[in-house]
Amino acid sequence: MAEPHFLESAAAALASRIEAAWAALDAVPDPEVPAVSVRDLGIVRDVLEHGDGIEVVLTPTYSGCPATEVIAASVRQALVDAGLGPVKVTHRLAPAWTTDWISAEGLARLLAYGIAPPSGTAAVAPGAPAAIRIRPPGVACPRCGSAQTERLSAFGSTACKALHRCLACREPFEYFKPI
Amino acid sequence: MVPPSSLRSRHPEGAPHRPGDPSGAGTSSIALQLTPPVQYVLRIADTCLIHAQRLAEWCGHGPVLEEDIALTNMALDLLGQARSLLSHAGRLEGQGHDEDQLAFLRDERDFFNLTLVEQPMRRSSAHAPGGDFADTVLRNFLLAAWLKTLWTRLAASSDDDLAAIAGKAVKEARYHQQHAGDWVLRLGDGTEESAARLRAALDRAWPYTHEMFRRDAVDAAAEAAGLGPGRDVLREAWLAEVAAVLAAAKLARPADTPFLSTGTLGRHSEHMGFILAEMQSLQRQYPGGRW
Repeated sequence: MAEPHFLESAAAALASRIEAAWAALDAVPDPEVPAVSVRDLGIVRDVLEHGDGIEVVLTPTYSGCPATEVIAASVRQALVDAGLGPVKVTHRLAPAWTTDWISAEGLARLLAYGIAPPSGTAAVAPGAPAAIRIRPPGVACPRCGSAQTERLSAFGSTACKALHRCLACREPFEYFKPI
Repeated sequence: MVPPSSLRSRHPEGAPHRPGDPSGAGTSSIALQLTPPVQYVLRIADTCLIHAQRLAEWCGHGPVLEEDIALTNMALDLLGQARSLLSHAGRLEGQGHDEDQLAFLRDERDFFNLTLVEQPMRRSSAHAPGGDFADTVLRNFLLAAWLKTLWTRLAASSDDDLAAIAGKAVKEARYHQQHAGDWVLRLGDGTEESAARLRAALDRAWPYTHEMFRRDAVDAAAEAAGLGPGRDVLREAWLAEVAAVLAAAKLARPADTPFLSTGTLGRHSEHMGFILAEMQSLQRQYPGGRW
């Protein structure tokens, strides 16, 4: 019975290595929105085992996101630090990342950090004409919860956020755009 | 002349090439192996790249801070799209050229962007060429609508990489179109002055839209291979979206003209050389230099 026993423990070790990798990814913050981890953000598509090595498959958020390379480097570092190396980070473009993939914990952390999470889902019917509008629908203020807010700028400090202002508590805040 | 310490040569000898050094192989332009699929992808890549370069001229000069940030954010998206497409064009070409070589070491005749995107955008002084903010707003709007229409169809490309790039880019183009559309409304249906300036910008830009829909052999080859749509296919959907916003902004659609620009054939306007001179000068002087 030695052989099956050995296989069972090998399978357990495999599972725990991948589990350990996922756990390590929980501690890797997004460099531009450090309140959430890369895992919360939903950009980790897969963690794979190749012999001694681990492969982490990431999906970039925006085509021109300047954080993409920093994220890959910090993911590699975190897994090496956890003793899981050698680590390879690869990118997968399709399906394209969407804010719908941000976890429930991630949404809560964004809100607690003062960033209004994306409202509703990002899915826009393909081919639907772009709405003509000056004022976007109201986004609730992450500080006081008021729906009386206005958009100051469609683009914010990073590609993924817009700048809003609360008309009730008068505080400006960032809004994570649904995409 | 010694390069700044932050610029390190990628060349194996370790000795940085000097500007003007005839032995600096990295300074010379690459020889492009042009095939219809490569040209098809380069047309889109170069349109994104040169449009990004023009939008980036607004960095630090936006009429208001929010718009400065918006214009450069859009430039960043377009640059990211261009990088993905240039890398892909390099793979299709099969000569080992990467995104940097394709951006910085091609000559003017090997760029295939729409002529519209190379037109001066921001007027740097009272006597310099270029229009006003209305030209930026309008060009952004016409192009975002065109790119969105194109990305939507490219997402179904038989080329998986191209489909993946398009699937991501279409979401970004949607935001760009919304933002630029808001400005078209605001200026077109604004004051007499803003409406007159937007009308003038529309008259300047419209003749260049002919090229956006001019089908040729490259389009036919791409369509036959399932790579992507011919440009003529985009016209109906584009016009529907553009006409709706122009109507809401109380602007009449200009009449079409026979003028046909030829940037997609590699024959550019007088402005292209100046853009490349600025964009490529660092790599031409310090081959392989990087941050």
